[in-house]
Amino acid sequence: MPASASRLDPDRLLTGGLRLCAAFSAALLILVVIFLLLQAGPVLDAIGPWRLFADDGWFPADTAAAGQFSIVALLAGSGAVAFGATVLAAPLAIASAVFCRFVAPPRIGQLFRRMLEVLAGVPSVVFGFWGLVVLVPLINRWQPPGASVLAGALVLGLMILPTIALLADSALRSVPRATLSAAAALGLSRWRTALQVALPAARGGVVTGIILGVARAIGETMAVLMVCGNVVQVPASVFEPVRTLTANIALEMAYAYGDHRSALFLTGLVLTLLVIALVLVAELGRGANARRTAHG
Amino acid sequence: MLPIWRLLLVLSAVVLAACGNGQTTTTVTLTGSSTIGPVMTEVARRYEAANPTIRVDVQTGGSSRGIQDARTGLADIGMSSRALKPAEAEGANQHILARDGVAFLLHASNPVDSLSDDQLRDIYLGRISNWQQVGGKDAPITAISRANGRSELNIFQDYFDVAERQIKPDLIAGENQQGIKLVAGNPDAIIYMSIGTAETDQQAGVPIKLLPLAGVPASSQTVADGSFPMSRVLILVTRDDLAPAAKQVLDYALSPAVHDLIEAQAFVPAR
Repeated sequence: MPASASRLDPDRLLTGGLRLCAAFSAALLILVVIFLLLQAGPVLDAIGPWRLFADDGWFPADTAAAGQFSIVALLAGSGAVAFGATVLAAPLAIASAVFCRFVAPPRIGQLFRRMLEVLAGVPSVVFGFWGLVVLVPLINRWQPPGASVLAGALVLGLMILPTIALLADSALRSVPRATLSAAAALGLSRWRTALQVALPAARGGVVTGIILGVARAIGETMAVLMVCGNVVQVPASVFEPVRTLTANIALEMAYAYGDHRSALFLTGLVLTLLVIALVLVAELGRGANARRTAHG
Repeated sequence: MLPIWRLLLVLSAVVLAACGNGQTTTTVTLTGSSTIGPVMTEVARRYEAANPTIRVDVQTGGSSRGIQDARTGLADIGMSSRALKPAEAEGANQHILARDGVAFLLHASNPVDSLSDDQLRDIYLGRISNWQQVGGKDAPITAISRANGRSELNIFQDYFDVAERQIKPDLIAGENQQGIKLVAGNPDAIIYMSIGTAETDQQAGVPIKLLPLAGVPASSQTVADGSFPMSRVLILVTRDDLAPAAKQVLDYALSPAVHDLIEAQAFVPAR
């Protein structure tokens, strides 16, 4: 009797089904990496990883011998824009989260959180278009040519602000009630409770939010393609245009052949590994924080 | 007994029904140049209205992709706004759809009305960087070039005989509309672009103006009579084993019945 019942046990079916779904999702990432490796293979064979850094600029051609494939300037472009966006967005986002949890009345806080969620869902091309027709001409009047690291950082900052704010908010929410009660019992003001008790306790979650924001900024394509100017160079100031790894793929993939095409897949692989590394760092940070909280 | 089997049964019935429906129409796919795409979309719309059993799907993604797709069979017809390279021309049939010129565009408020070939070349090589040096106001020039692989860049390089690495642009634009928005939003910008696209937008009220080149005004007339020096052909690319439906679409696109559509985009139909 137990044997026949277990055959169609809904629990087992569910567990099996969920395992299958999970395995499928995990396999997708592995398949993406394998696909990128296969596509990038020809150019890796032809130029090796060295020339990605040693070549004299990014002047791709159909054959490895005829082209120059340095991605240094593209990495610098992605890095500069993502860094700028994070510097602009993170303080605002953390302030928003603190406002939401500790300052705003519950109703307003709830409304504010909904707005952040909607902001997080606005398609990136909308931000990009706004940047192209409003922000870039504005910066151009001040510091030509307008399309620049600054424009990219501002647009991307807007896009990752809700991501960081929502994650910081949920990190603050998971601060143990006992900790906050203890702070209140000590007679700490709301301000000091938020800044000196809750935020340090939620540090792991906040840092995770920032890193995931950086990952999103690095992966964003359409908006930066429209506002960053797309000149392949290491920027000397925030007013100079740059081309990011993602914009480079979007600009050139449609016209790429042979080793050029393969090199674009290689930059895609670099991007994927970069984002995986960032997520791993975020995960390690969270783990360390969890241990610290458990011991403290 | 188990609802999941019933669900699967219903699902497979739905899928089968969808497949059955799909067979009543034939789809002809075109991919390639974003310069030709809008024309062929109009041609496709008119053709579909007269032939309801044929669906024409037009996708853009650049000339190279169009040529590649036509040769590999991913698309029935490829659209290219540049001449085919010898390797690409092998095994491909080319049909001239229309002609187009590439001209330089300024913001409408820029007082400069003409630039010589040498001046243009020096602007893009970074030797001239202020409008004052070419008779304009005292403002830095924002020279906008085009992304690697775009036909405008190839035409530009052929005309001025410069290598890509010699060009020192302030900005690089991808799609035509991105370029138009950059110039419309920057009074000191210069870009080169297909005359067809630029004329259409100019007539629609976008604040841009086209510069004459080597003394020849940039207009669809000078492109038509072949006098505009920086010009190109718009080509449809096919394989030998063209599907019957695709052949009909091709013949229709090359017939005088669509000349008004080509002219509406300010291209010049092939005679």
